[in-house]
Amino acid sequence: MERTMSVLVNDRPGVLARIAGLFSRRGFNIASITVGSSERAECSRMTIVTSGDDRTARQIEAQLLKLIDVLEVEDISAERIVSRELALIKVDTTRETRLEISHILEPFRVAIVDVAHSSITVEVTGDTEKVDALIGLLRPFGVTQIARTGVTAMVRSQTV
Amino acid sequence: MQASEQLVNQGRAPLPGGQDGMANEGADTVSAAEAKRPALPVVKTGADLLCSLLVEAGVDVIFGYPGGAVLPVYDALFSAPIRHILTRHEQGAVHAAQGYARVTGRPGIVLATSGPGATNLVTGIADAYMDSTPLIVLTGQVATASIGTDAFQEADIVGITTPITKHNYQVRHIEDLPQIVADAFHIATTGRPGPVLIDLPKDVTGGPAARVGLPDPSPLGYRVPTGPDEAAVDAMAAAIAGARRPLLYIGGGIVSSGAAERLRAFARQTRIPVASTLMGLGAFPNDDPLFVGMLGMHGKYAANQAITHCDLLIAFGVRFDDRVTGKLERFSPHSRKIHVDIDQAELGKNVAVEIAVAADVSLAIEALAKRELQPDTAEWIAQINGWHADWPLDAKRGASVLKPQTVIDLLAELTGRAAIVTTDVGQHQMWTALFYPWRAPRQLVTSGGLGTMGYGFPAALGAQVALPDRTVVCVAGDASFQMNIQELQTVMENDLPVKVAIINNGFLGMVRQWQQFFYDKRYAHSRISSPDFVKVAEAFGALGLRARTPQEAEQVIRQALSYDGPVVMDFVVEEEENVFPMVPAGKGTDEMLLDWEEA
Repeated sequence: MERTMSVLVNDRPGVLARIAGLFSRRGFNIASITVGSSERAECSRMTIVTSGDDRTARQIEAQLLKLIDVLEVEDISAERIVSRELALIKVDTTRETRLEISHILEPFRVAIVDVAHSSITVEVTGDTEKVDALIGLLRPFGVTQIARTGVTAMVRSQTV
Repeated sequence: MQASEQLVNQGRAPLPGGQDGMANEGADTVSAAEAKRPALPVVKTGADLLCSLLVEAGVDVIFGYPGGAVLPVYDALFSAPIRHILTRHEQGAVHAAQGYARVTGRPGIVLATSGPGATNLVTGIADAYMDSTPLIVLTGQVATASIGTDAFQEADIVGITTPITKHNYQVRHIEDLPQIVADAFHIATTGRPGPVLIDLPKDVTGGPAARVGLPDPSPLGYRVPTGPDEAAVDAMAAAIAGARRPLLYIGGGIVSSGAAERLRAFARQTRIPVASTLMGLGAFPNDDPLFVGMLGMHGKYAANQAITHCDLLIAFGVRFDDRVTGKLERFSPHSRKIHVDIDQAELGKNVAVEIAVAADVSLAIEALAKRELQPDTAEWIAQINGWHADWPLDAKRGASVLKPQTVIDLLAELTGRAAIVTTDVGQHQMWTALFYPWRAPRQLVTSGGLGTMGYGFPAALGAQVALPDRTVVCVAGDASFQMNIQELQTVMENDLPVKVAIINNGFLGMVRQWQQFFYDKRYAHSRISSPDFVKVAEAFGALGLRARTPQEAEQVIRQALSYDGPVVMDFVVEEEENVFPMVPAGKGTDEMLLDWEEA
C-alpha cells in the first residue's frame, strides 16, 4: 500500500542524507521525496511517498522519530489530502502533430513554457495520476525528456 | 556549574545510594572525585574550550591516540585536569571507553585523529550502538577549508558513522561547540543510551575561543519517554493477574535504566520466574530460585522451554534479538506479550505484541509493583524446576582433561563471584555467560549485539580504570586475544592489574563448532595458531601463567589473583568441546541440540 508521510525536520546540513540512509539501510522503499522550507523558521518539510503494510508504516514512523533532527512525522495516507507534483515534459512536434497535441493538452490546463521548431516543453501540475495520464497521452508523439518534482502533500482543512 | 551537575545526574548509574548493588562499591570513589571537581582550565583556543566543557560535564578520563588533526586538542589536554590513557590502537581506545561506560553507566570518552584514527573507531562505535553503550567520540578533522578536497588523513567520519551513532556532529564554528557538547552528553546518556560523535576540524580547535559555561541541553527534536500512562499499567496489570504461566524476559534495558533492584522486588512479590538475555545477565541474581537462566541460541534448557510454554511473556528492556527468538514462527507461540522499552522503534519491530508500552522500564516496574499482583505461579514454577532437573548445566569438574567450563567455574569460585568479567566473542563468551553465577548488574561486560572479537581485553582495561579496586577478569579466546593483544603495553604503562584468562583451544571455537554441525566437519581456516602467551606476557613485563589440568588451573588462578599486576593465564583446554544447549540457526527455541550425538 502506498503511504504518504509528512516529515518536519531541522534545516541542517546532512539531514537529507540521514533520512535517505535510514530508508536504504532498513530496506524501506522511497517512491519520491521532496524537501523545501516550511512554516517554521529553520525547519524544512519533507514529503515522502513510500509503501508498506501497517506494521512497516509504524516502523518507518518510529525509526524516523528516533533521528534527532526529525521533529514531527505524520502518516497522512488515510487523511483527505491535497497532493501535487509538477512535471516538465519535452515532446517532439511536427507541423502535422502540433494541432493534435494542443487538443490533448487543453483539458490538462498546462503551460507551454518553451517552443522550438521540432519540440515543445509543457509544464503540468497535479496529482500523480494526472501527470501520469498526460505523459501516457504524449508518448506516441515522442517524449524526449521528463523532469518530475515528486509529490508534495498536505492534509485538507475541515470544511464544516 | 549547575548545568553540569544536572548533566551528571542524568547519567544512568551508579546512583548514590545504590540501585545497582555491587557496582557501587566503585561508585563511591567516583562520587568523591566529582565532589572535588578540578578547577577549569584556562581558555585561549577552541581546544581549551572543549577541555573546559568536558571537565564541566564531569569527564575525568579520556581514552585516545594522538595525530595531526587533533594536535590542538592534545596540546590543551597537556595541562587540562583530565587523565588520558594512551592505548596502542584506536580500536583499543574505543573498547576501553565502552568498558568504562558499561561498569559505571557514565559515558566513555574517546579521542582520535582524523582519517585512519577515526575509521579505526568504527567497530567500537557500531558495537556501542548495538549494545546501547553511552560514548562521546571526539574525532579530529582536517581544517574546514580542506574538507571535501581529499586532504591528507581526511575521511568523512560523520557520513561513515551516521548509521551507527545515536547522533553525530561536525563543529564548523567554535560558537556552536558549547551547545553541541551539552546536547551530545544529554543524547548519549538519556533514553536508550548510545554513542554520539563530535567531529572537530583542526582550525576550529586551534582557533581562538573564550570561556563559555556548559549550557543546558536543548536538542530540538529529541524526546525521551518517561513512565507508562495509567491505561498501559492497567492493561499490563490485568494481563499479569490473569496469567498462569507468566515469564519475565529481561535484557540490557534493566541495567541501563537502573531497574535491577525494582525488578528483584517485583519478581519476588509476584513470584514470576525470570529469564535473561546475554545483555541482561546480572540484573537478576543467578542464585535466586526464580532465576530460570539465560535464554536464546545458547540459553539454558529450562529457559528456552519456559519461553516456549509460557502464557504471558513480560518483555522488559529487550529487543527480541534473533539470537533470543530463533525462528520467529516458533517463538513463544502460546503467550500474550507485554513489551516495555524506552525505544518506541523496538516495539513490534521483530515480534507482534499485544501490549506495547514505550516507557522507562524502571518507572513501569515501579507502577506495576504498586498493583500488588499475585498470580498463582506455583504449578508453573514446579514445571520449570522439572526442566532444570531434566537438563542441568554441568560444569564437568574433576576430569583430568581441562574443560573450558571448569575454568569459568574455578574463576567464579576463586573471585568470590564478585569479579567484573569481560569477554570476547564465541564459545568462551557463552561458557562465561552460562557458568559464572552473576550477582549484580554491570558485572558482565560483553559484546552482545555486534559480536566483536577483540573487545574483551581493552574493555577490561577501561573497566579497571573506572574501578581500580575491583578484580577485573577478561575471559578471552586464543584467537580473540590476538586481535587486541597490543593493549598489554597499555595495562603495563598504567599499572592496571587486569587478569586475562585465555580459553585456548587452538581453534576459532564457535566457527569450528558450526563447521562440525553444519559443514560436515570441514574445518576451513578455523584452526588457528598462537604465540607462546606466557612469553608474550613476560615480554611486556606482565606475569604469564599456563595450566593444562584442573589442578594447575586452580593454582594458576590463585596465583594470578594474589599478584599485584597484569596477568595472562593460558588455559590449554580440550580442543573440540562444544557449547550446549544450541538452537541451530533457523530453528525454534524448543528445538535445542543438547549434545553432539543429537546434532
